[in-house]
Amino acid sequence: MAEKEALTTKTADELVAEQTSTPLEKMEEPEPSEGKWEPRIVAFVCNWCTYLGMDLAGTSRMKYQPNVRVIKLPCSARIDPLFVIKAFENGADGVLVSGCHPGDCHYNTGNYHARRRWTVFRELFSFLGLDLQRLQFSWVSAAEGVKWVKVINEVTDKVRELGPNTDYHNLSR
Amino acid sequence: MEKELRELAKKLLESGEADVVIGYGRHHDERRRAPVFVTDPADVEKLIFDERCLNNLAGYLNKRYKLLGAEFSKPAVVLKGCDAKAAVGLIQEAQLDPGKVTLIGVCCEGVVPDYDSADGERPFKCEICDVHRPRNTAHVVGDLPEAPALTEYRPSERAAELAGKSREERYAFWREAFSKCIRCYACRAACPLCSCERCIADSNQPQWVPTSGHELGNWSWNIVRAFHLAGRCIGCGECQRACPVGIPLDLLNQHLRRVVADRFGYVAGLDPEARPPLTTYNEKDAEEFIR
Repeated sequence: MAEKEALTTKTADELVAEQTSTPLEKMEEPEPSEGKWEPRIVAFVCNWCTYLGMDLAGTSRMKYQPNVRVIKLPCSARIDPLFVIKAFENGADGVLVSGCHPGDCHYNTGNYHARRRWTVFRELFSFLGLDLQRLQFSWVSAAEGVKWVKVINEVTDKVRELGPNTDYHNLSR
Repeated sequence: MEKELRELAKKLLESGEADVVIGYGRHHDERRRAPVFVTDPADVEKLIFDERCLNNLAGYLNKRYKLLGAEFSKPAVVLKGCDAKAAVGLIQEAQLDPGKVTLIGVCCEGVVPDYDSADGERPFKCEICDVHRPRNTAHVVGDLPEAPALTEYRPSERAAELAGKSREERYAFWREAFSKCIRCYACRAACPLCSCERCIADSNQPQWVPTSGHELGNWSWNIVRAFHLAGRCIGCGECQRACPVGIPLDLLNQHLRRVVADRFGYVAGLDPEARPPLTTYNEKDAEEFIR
C-alpha cells in the first residue's frame, strides 16, 4: 500500500527528471558561447542509417556539440553536391555527409553511387583550393550512436580550430 | 582528302541516306572555319577540311539544338576523331539514336588554334590525341592508321602544375579566374555534352545557382558545370574556347578526367556501349576519405 502511494504521489516532472537523469554520462553545462565564435556545421544524412544512429545517440542520452544542423534525406545518393555548395553559400563553416555503410543501403546500391560522386566532388573541391577539412564524409549505421557522437564532435572541433570559412564567406555577393 | 569528303557527301545526299551534311566551310576570318549545312548535292564544294577545322560539330547532334527530327531527320556530320568521342558520349547517354545519323569521320593530324599562334602550337587535345583515325564512325575519310586507344589520362603540364601547388595558391588562382565570369553560359552552349533541356542553372524554384554575376554565383556555376561533366567530358576544349573572358575551364575538365581515369579506370568517348562511370559503381571503389 505504501509502495502504491509512493508511485502515485510522484508528479509528472519528477518522473521525467528520474528518467532523464540516467547517468550514462555526466551531463555538462553548455559552455557560454556569447562573444565567442562557434562554427556552423551542416550534416546531410540518410534517413535509414545515419539519422537512426543520431536518434539512437539521442535516446541513449548521449550528448554532442550543438553546432550541427541536420538535414535528413532519403538516401546518401540523394545528397547532390549542389546541397553542399548551397550550405557553404549560406554560411556553413563545415559540412558532414553521412550515409549507410557499404552493403547496408536501404535501396541496395545508393551509397555505392554516392561514394563515386563524393570521390569526384572532393577532388574538384580540393583542386579549386577549398579546404577538404571542412567537407567530411562518414558511414554511420543505425546502431552506431557512439560513432555519430564521435564523428560530429571531431568535425566540430576540427572546424572550430580552422575558424570561420573565410574562403567562401569572403566571396562577393 | 577534301575531294573524297565531297564525293561521300554527294553520294549521301543523292541517295537520300542523309538530308543534310554538316561540315566545315569558309569563314570570313581566314584563321577559322565555319560550320556549313549542305542540303543540295550541288553545294558539296563548300565542304572543306584542313588543320583550321578546330571546332567540334558534334554539338549539332545534341537534342538541345532541336535540329534533329525538326529541321532535319537524317543528318550526316563531319567529325574529327576527338569530335566523334562526343557523339559516342551522346549515344552512351541515349541522347542520340545512332540509327538516325551518319557519322563521317575525317582523319586528322592535328589542328591549330584559331588565334595567331606560334608555329607548331597545337591545342592540348592534339598533344594527347589517340584518334588521328576516328573510331566509331560509319565512314572514315582519309588514310591515317588507327592508333591504340589510350586508357590512361595525362593532363596538360599546366593542369598538373596547378594541382601540385598549395591549397592557398589554387584558391587564389581560381578566385581570380572566376571573378571574371560574366555568366553568359557560352561554356554550356558550346559543350557538345551539356544536354539538359532545362539546365539546373536556369531553375528558379528552388534557385540552386545564384544568377547574378557575383563571385558567389560564379563559383557555384563553375563548380556545377565542371562536376556535371565529370566522367563525361571528352576534352574537346570548346568550353574554354567559347569563354569570352578567358577562364581556363579546360583545366577543371582535365583534372576531373584524370581523377576518373585514376580512380575508376575510365576514359570517356571510347565505347558507345560502356556505362558512364558516375552512373555505375564498383563495390571495391576506394573510400579512404570516408570515416
